[in-house]
Amino acid sequence: MTGSMILTVTIFLPMVGALLILALRIVGGAALAASASKPIAILSSVATLVVSLIALSQFDASKAGYQLVDFAPWFGGSSYKLGVDGLAISLVILTTALMPLCILQSIKSIEDRIGEYLIAFLLLETLMIGVFCAMDLVLFYVFFEGGLIPMFLIIGVWGGKNKLYAAFKFFLYTLLGSLLLLAALVYMSIVAGTTDIPTLQEGINPQTGALLFPPEVQTWLWLAFFASFAVKLPMWPVHTWLPDAHVEAPTAGSVVLAAVLLKMGGYGFLRFSLPMFPEASHLFQPLMFGLSVIAIVYASLVAFRQTDIKKLVAYSSVAHMGFVTLGIFSFNEAGIQGAIFQMISHGIISGALFFSVGVIYDRMHTREIAFYGGLVHRMPVYAALFMLFSMANVGLPGTSGFVGEILTMVGGFQASTWAAAGAALGVILSAVYMLTLYRRTVFGEMTNEKLFDINDLTGLEFFILGLLAISALGLGVFPSMIFDLTKASAMEVLRMVGQ
Amino acid sequence: MTFQDIAAIFIVLAPGLAAVIAGLGQRVLGDKGSMALTTTLVVSAAALAGYLFFDQVFGSHGEAGNHAHTIILSRWFNVGTFIADWAIRLDSLSVTMLFVVTSVSALVHIYSIGYMHEDPHRARFFAYLSLFTFAMLMLVTADNFLQLFFGWEGVGLASYLLIGFWYKKPSANDAAIKAFVVNRVGDFGFALGIMALVFMIQPAAGVDYSKFHIAEFSSIKFDTVFAVIAQNAPVTPVGMIDAIPIQDVTFDFLWLHVWGLEAAGVLLFIGAMGKSAQFFLHTWLPDAMEGPTPVSALIHAATMVTAGVFLVCRCSYLYEHTVVAANMITIIGAVTCFFAATVGLAQNDIKRVVAYSTCSQLGYMFFAAGLGAYQASMFHLFTHAFFKALLFLSAGAVIHGMHHEQDMRNMGGLRKKMPLTWAMMLIGTLALTGVGIPGIEGLNLGFAGFFSKDAIIESSFASHDAFAPLAFWLSIGAAFLTSFYSWRLMFMTFEGKTRADHHTYDHAHDPPMVMAVPLLLLAVGAVLAGGVFYNAMVDHHQAAFWGDAIFTGAGNEVLHARHEVPMWVKLAPAICWVSGLFFAIIFYLVFPSVPRRMARNGGPMHSFLSHKWYFDEIYHFIFVKGAAGLGDLLWKADKKIIDGVGPDGVTSVARVGAGGLSKLHTGYIFHYAFVILLSAVIFVAFVLLNQGR
Repeated sequence: MTGSMILTVTIFLPMVGALLILALRIVGGAALAASASKPIAILSSVATLVVSLIALSQFDASKAGYQLVDFAPWFGGSSYKLGVDGLAISLVILTTALMPLCILQSIKSIEDRIGEYLIAFLLLETLMIGVFCAMDLVLFYVFFEGGLIPMFLIIGVWGGKNKLYAAFKFFLYTLLGSLLLLAALVYMSIVAGTTDIPTLQEGINPQTGALLFPPEVQTWLWLAFFASFAVKLPMWPVHTWLPDAHVEAPTAGSVVLAAVLLKMGGYGFLRFSLPMFPEASHLFQPLMFGLSVIAIVYASLVAFRQTDIKKLVAYSSVAHMGFVTLGIFSFNEAGIQGAIFQMISHGIISGALFFSVGVIYDRMHTREIAFYGGLVHRMPVYAALFMLFSMANVGLPGTSGFVGEILTMVGGFQASTWAAAGAALGVILSAVYMLTLYRRTVFGEMTNEKLFDINDLTGLEFFILGLLAISALGLGVFPSMIFDLTKASAMEVLRMVGQ
Repeated sequence: MTFQDIAAIFIVLAPGLAAVIAGLGQRVLGDKGSMALTTTLVVSAAALAGYLFFDQVFGSHGEAGNHAHTIILSRWFNVGTFIADWAIRLDSLSVTMLFVVTSVSALVHIYSIGYMHEDPHRARFFAYLSLFTFAMLMLVTADNFLQLFFGWEGVGLASYLLIGFWYKKPSANDAAIKAFVVNRVGDFGFALGIMALVFMIQPAAGVDYSKFHIAEFSSIKFDTVFAVIAQNAPVTPVGMIDAIPIQDVTFDFLWLHVWGLEAAGVLLFIGAMGKSAQFFLHTWLPDAMEGPTPVSALIHAATMVTAGVFLVCRCSYLYEHTVVAANMITIIGAVTCFFAATVGLAQNDIKRVVAYSTCSQLGYMFFAAGLGAYQASMFHLFTHAFFKALLFLSAGAVIHGMHHEQDMRNMGGLRKKMPLTWAMMLIGTLALTGVGIPGIEGLNLGFAGFFSKDAIIESSFASHDAFAPLAFWLSIGAAFLTSFYSWRLMFMTFEGKTRADHHTYDHAHDPPMVMAVPLLLLAVGAVLAGGVFYNAMVDHHQAAFWGDAIFTGAGNEVLHARHEVPMWVKLAPAICWVSGLFFAIIFYLVFPSVPRRMARNGGPMHSFLSHKWYFDEIYHFIFVKGAAGLGDLLWKADKKIIDGVGPDGVTSVARVGAGGLSKLHTGYIFHYAFVILLSAVIFVAFVLLNQGR
């Protein structure tokens, strides 16, 4: 093995924690595992965060290309190769920073088989970080598909009433995507003789200097990758698994799903589709714009009519991810920087919204909007924070939600005024559904007797939501923290897509 | 850093700080502490802003007049040419606004101590008021479109929170959401306007922009945008190759091929229409009266709703180079000033009358700006802030003294019970209707509105723009209607025999000192703001006072030409208010049964006006029902079509194949693991088979 070890450590630290819990489970039985798993999970996720921050401190944002590279030969043309650019490391930090919060929340709200639950969660963390760090296509595929297993378990085992339906739907959609991705991957590795991502991104055979994938081949490969990423993101019309998955998933599962797993779709477009298949990306720009705008407007309208809080937030996620694809496929600096920022920002805001839903769900065990109303009378602190996240979600300037939306729209406008105008409609609609939700749950008279002794945030909940609030505001006021980090990789993507 | 800089930073940030501390620390500070803190900081800000403003008006500004001066606080955006700072730009426009906003806000803070003294959530109320003040100050001191937009949406948020302050009331919640959403419709235009500017204003290769006095090229900073437009500098819009002078740029916007500056101008103005409640997007403002009355005075009369006017004046560099956009502003403004005045005739809620009056006066400001008389527009904004805040707070005093009664049909005869309130309302009315002695050069005798409104009406007559006559005649009509509904309000509230019940009437009283003092101070403004600042803002010294804050094109002589209008034009506003007063006396003092009978019998004209031209009904049908219906339809599409063809269809096929539900439920995870394993095997096999190549 050569190069920096730090990414390897970041990736596998959570797994070490998971294995430790597993060992205790086998040796000491379920009771010991349940009690010991909590400190172990917290410690390993916090340690992972610390290591990832050390990695960030070693990262030089001014340089393009991959850094902190770790390499070991594997088999065939594939290798165990890790590395990060600004895009990847910002998503890694998003993951490692959210994970301790998710674990803290879970420890309080999951009662059944907590040891096993935390094993699944820590494994998931390893796989998610791996996705963003992999510099080899096969390695990427392993992490990318592997991540579905723990998520599938989290929904299927710890989910709500219809967990099996949701888990099945989740499975079916991702299966569709992953099989096509696999086929494309096999073809590429055969033709190129390597699965090294930087080589494939340059798109030129190192020996002959010829184009690796001529335009007509690119079209097919692009579609195969698209199938996988579009499901992940998710884009209309393959989005319907998301509301069900969210509704059934436990709170922390929803948070991870919205905050990190969806980002793999956007990441995939930026890492693979644009650099590796530039001609095809240009060819499909109108399609992507169309689907983005449909996602934004359609999902916003549907969100408006939901009666389940989590479903509403899930549809809102679909709409907000529409801005990501809009930005990516505008092929300009504002669009791509905006898309990356929107991914980070959505990670924070949707995470916060799902945590907020979890707060009242833990107390009342229902997500029906009609059940609530007048929460502000008993939960003023909760009401204030939920207002802040609602405003961030509708993209109020000064919050991180605004930065991503305005930049992707500015980028989109330069490519198509139709797309920008359509997306801007979504900005109106988001205010409609979010304020209506807030009004029906938090404002008004408290008429439901069951709510009369509901309590305000606990210390832990306040800590989690407070941190997320600070992040949403901090990034809204000083977005350069992200821009400076991701500028070089955004420019690299633009260079490779030929703009 | 000079004293001015430190003062400006304090003025802008102190209310923000007050909002944060009072908002987060309510429990520690308590109600009294929060009120004291917010009020003290805002009053200090007002004192400093007063100093800056008077210095700007009366200080020496040299040959070239006042110059813009920008304090950079921190960088916000830095993506390509999309560069924006958190900044405080000080020029005559922003300093005037600083003074208006902080002084009205300070008085409203003080007034609210009395008005809200029974409310259990006072601390929150004051935090919101200060939050609003902060956002408004960020708006007016922005040095780029994005910070302006930050303040723009920030005041929208504060307005939403304050309209819905009594969150138990369903009507207040509805009104709050309506205000936010209608404003968002405007912001849709605003955001697209910003995008259009960024699209166009891109540096052309090989052009040295320092030649155009542009230090750092940014597509959204005022310095760059206005310098490029005013000097017709070459730019290369995205996707084009040649350098094109900015005024010649055209592009495809949706299905239209448009002039770039016209498109940006129209789009930004749509934003202004939303914020300033202009025709088509006005429906939220009357409903916003659901909020506590001090809020209506501060936000929905004196400051926030004028943000649209401020935006247009701020963009004088842009609108001086447009025809379509400027004409649109004139038409919308003129129609609004007349339309809102007609609706004001038929309202019985005292606050709604004043609200429609605000809407109407904003129309005046807009068409003035559309005709190129930005100075007159800003002047009217300035005077209007004082007398309209006075009217609202006086209306609040009436409501306060009458146990929250707002319907004028249940008032009457209150003059004896609340003489101070009556006097204050009277001064506000005299200022609004523009009472003064016209036609005598050099003799500046009149209430505030007299100077500013007459300046606008005269400008509209003097202007050569295509739609100037429309504006002139509609504004004359509106001036008559203004006088009529204002006096109607005075008479229905204060004169005649009371229609209130005994109990309420007997206990009606003038407001306490803490509310009376702000009224008195605003009354001073309503009397003096016109005469004192007439010279600086629209007459001899206006060029020096406004300096480079307002741009007037070479052919724009409207402010000079208005001195040359015939005598009858100068007398027309006076005739309007006299005749309005006359008819009000006839209908509401001499024969008060006539209008009552008219209202009772209805008739199409009356119901048309009392239903506010049926805007709400039409919008509700098209947009609210439409969005809900479409949402339901699409949701069904999700369930039936997408899921039906997709996963559920597959499931049902699978069910048939698997012979029952139970079998299907057992093995998802194993299916899944199997697929993963299988794919890995296939992959490795392929790779190994092809290794030799």
